[in-house]
Amino acid sequence: MSTSTGALRVGRDPYHLGHAPSTGEPEYTGHGAGGPAPKRIVVGYGFWIFILSDVILFSCFFASYTVLIHARNGGPGPRELFDLRNTAEETVCLLLSSFACGLASLAVGRRSLLWTEVALAVTGLLGLTFIGLEVHEFTGLVARGAGPTHSAFLSAFFSLVGCHGVHVTAGLLWLGTMMAQFPAKGFKESIRHRYLCFSLFWHALDIIWIGIFTVVYLIGSLPP
Amino acid sequence: MSTNPQDRTNREAFDPGSHIGEDRVAGAPPHEHPTLRAELRGYIIGLVLAALLTLGSFWSLQEGVIYGPAIVMALIVLGLAQVGVHLVFFLHLTTSPDNTNNALALAFGVLIVSLVFFGSIWVLYNMDHNMIPVKALLQMRGG
Repeated sequence: MSTSTGALRVGRDPYHLGHAPSTGEPEYTGHGAGGPAPKRIVVGYGFWIFILSDVILFSCFFASYTVLIHARNGGPGPRELFDLRNTAEETVCLLLSSFACGLASLAVGRRSLLWTEVALAVTGLLGLTFIGLEVHEFTGLVARGAGPTHSAFLSAFFSLVGCHGVHVTAGLLWLGTMMAQFPAKGFKESIRHRYLCFSLFWHALDIIWIGIFTVVYLIGSLPP
Repeated sequence: MSTNPQDRTNREAFDPGSHIGEDRVAGAPPHEHPTLRAELRGYIIGLVLAALLTLGSFWSLQEGVIYGPAIVMALIVLGLAQVGVHLVFFLHLTTSPDNTNNALALAFGVLIVSLVFFGSIWVLYNMDHNMIPVKALLQMRGG
């Protein structure tokens, strides 16, 4: 068998496209040959689909913000309202938080409870600082009379940035749960898969934030 | 058959953190685990690149750094580049066989997002262009 199909195969054949069981080659699973993919791959894939659907949700908010940015009802626009220094601080917090989450992933991979908890605590504190800065900005805007009810532009702004803030808050609750579950349940497979999903979620929120500071704050603040 | 149950359990026993798929270069031996040093270096490279791109975005707003009308395009390019950095260094989206499905799903997501985003802007810009201004509409009603 392998001698007759051997001529069809050019070099390596990890997917068994020549249908011959390979010898001495890695088995790439989940592609119809070599058996089902490991559960971790499947869990990651499923959560990745959820994240992509969440990104599509955000794209609707981005589209409405971009369309409504000039619908100000005679009120102030981005140039008068946004403090880019505050935005820069939020960006730094979220980027470092994402990095700390990556370090926690490394600690989880090495089964180090102490470093996992330390890195997750740093992740959470930076996330909390981000939420604090955002709440500070929102209350400041509302106090100046630029609340979400003032104009279509402000409605779109508060729904887009607020939706991201709600996601970060939910992520913080999830993070607290993970910090409790690692000591309580140990590095079981199910807990590690849960953490894999959390880290995907947290990194994805930082990606959404790149869109927000670029489209909402920076492009919004350009002179017309 | 070469599906060795021992290999499967070995692979399950080690879990290098947040990887969507195993960070395996095609052609590399299947069970070669990345060292802590290598993984850490990946995250640090990602952090430095993302920080530089963010700095670039905020800096390009300064007067006179970039030709005025080109700033929007510069910001979009810098933003997309940073998304790419995050996908590769933080989310570990690679071209390895275990990641094929993830990459395909991402491609579909990008398609839908661009349809929603650019489609909305296009359609509504045209509608806005063809609408009667509110003032003229009120005059028509009053007269």
